[in-house]
Amino acid sequence: MSAWIKACGIDDIDNEDVIRFDHEGKTFAIYRSPDDSFYATDGMCSHEKVHLADGLVMDNIIECPKHNGRFDYRTGEARGAPVCVNLRIYRTKVEDGSVYLGLE
Amino acid sequence: MQEFVIVGGGQCGARAALALRDHGFAGRITLIGEERHLPYERPPLSKEHLMSSEGIEPPFIVSSAVLAERSIEMMTGDTAVILERESRSVELASGRRVAYDKLLLATGSSPRRLPSLEGMEHVFYLRTHDDAQRLSQRLVPGGHLAIIGAGFIGLELATAARQRGLEVTVIEAQPRILMRAVPEAIASRVHALHESHGVRILCGTSAGRIAAHAAGITLSLNEGEVLDATTLVVGIGAEPRCELAQQAGLSVENGIAVNAALQTSDPAIYAAGDCCSFPYGDKRIRLEAWRNAQDQGAHASANMLGAEKPYEIIPWFWSDQYDFSLQIAGLANEATSTITRQIDEEAVILFHLADDHRILAASGWGRGNRIARDIKVAEMLIAQRARPAPDALSSAAVSLKSLLSRS
Repeated sequence: MSAWIKACGIDDIDNEDVIRFDHEGKTFAIYRSPDDSFYATDGMCSHEKVHLADGLVMDNIIECPKHNGRFDYRTGEARGAPVCVNLRIYRTKVEDGSVYLGLE
Repeated sequence: MQEFVIVGGGQCGARAALALRDHGFAGRITLIGEERHLPYERPPLSKEHLMSSEGIEPPFIVSSAVLAERSIEMMTGDTAVILERESRSVELASGRRVAYDKLLLATGSSPRRLPSLEGMEHVFYLRTHDDAQRLSQRLVPGGHLAIIGAGFIGLELATAARQRGLEVTVIEAQPRILMRAVPEAIASRVHALHESHGVRILCGTSAGRIAAHAAGITLSLNEGEVLDATTLVVGIGAEPRCELAQQAGLSVENGIAVNAALQTSDPAIYAAGDCCSFPYGDKRIRLEAWRNAQDQGAHASANMLGAEKPYEIIPWFWSDQYDFSLQIAGLANEATSTITRQIDEEAVILFHLADDHRILAASGWGRGNRIARDIKVAEMLIAQRARPAPDALSSAAVSLKSLLSRS
């Protein structure tokens, strides 16, 4: 079963940026890419328990604020040491000015 | 078959070994680690690994399965004792001899010791997982931990010990804490945070006479005060491990001297991580930092395979203190002015500028990882040799990212 959860308004995230979104004890990171698309991943880095939303978004890459682990937030793919475990990604949709997160 | 040998099984050596395979090296890789453990990360040892007296595993970088899968032969608990450059071989404490075509020295650093305390009970140093585990046993509520040295190790340890309910006194000979690496404006905030958590910090104080007795240790401070502690930790910096390089006649200059390609004075031998000093601008520097160890190891391995690329990075490190963190990018030594950017009430970034307003370094302090992304952008600005308008740097309303030149 999949559910759409309202995460934020589209204007809550700047272009090429990320925010943290917590829902039912889980934490997610919601991204707005340079071409104004929205993406979502798990909120914690796969290397250590650090919120990715404190990291820097450059193009399609989020860099972990602590150890510089890099991920492509569109695919969750880890981009080299120290991270080797991919991030889980989630579907998103935009409706009436809000970003929704698709949970399985 | 080509044989590459890496001496040192820490962050640097392990990352170098993995990177050799990532770069497609098909020869033999031998990784020699002095400790009995497989390679692991050290940063947690002075932080979360001190939070429990339960025995815990080191935070491993690789498992034996990964080492096997990547055909990396790891020798743990063995030490390279003789380096013979003519025969291109390394002799180990166990008597084994390993031949190399290329050698990487990633021997790291070891805590600077106080000779007068050798063999004294209740005295600890912190470098390895086993050190951390032994020390963690001593962090029991009601105890009194004395720390000599208000550097990162000492202060992170103070953080952990307060959280575990010990009385903590930090003794620092310098007039302030974090004298070597952190600007005063941030060090004073770190100082205040520690005091608000009940740590007693004595700057400009030397430990004087130190004596052990059954229940602990007595320090007769030069101020005249007598301090009774249950445990003493000495955290007064680290020294590069150059014994092997020195014995083999390699050039040593505050660390094993390498050129921009991380090659020592013997072209078949490279050095990386805490143990090496490398060119940075017109200076030679040595870094004791997690990221440098990792990046330099990987970089050296590419050059061992013929990439011959200069190592050009901006130094970066972090430290955690309670629920705050500090990050510094670049080297501020030659800065002539400082610009302050107040992010919020608790978070601040200092930009350290050269005469021509070029950013040489940035230091940040704030709750959680509040300053992380701005320090990352600052690091890119430093690499770009950017000279942004001082107003843009000081105004938190101006996005730092907008100051980057993007291709």
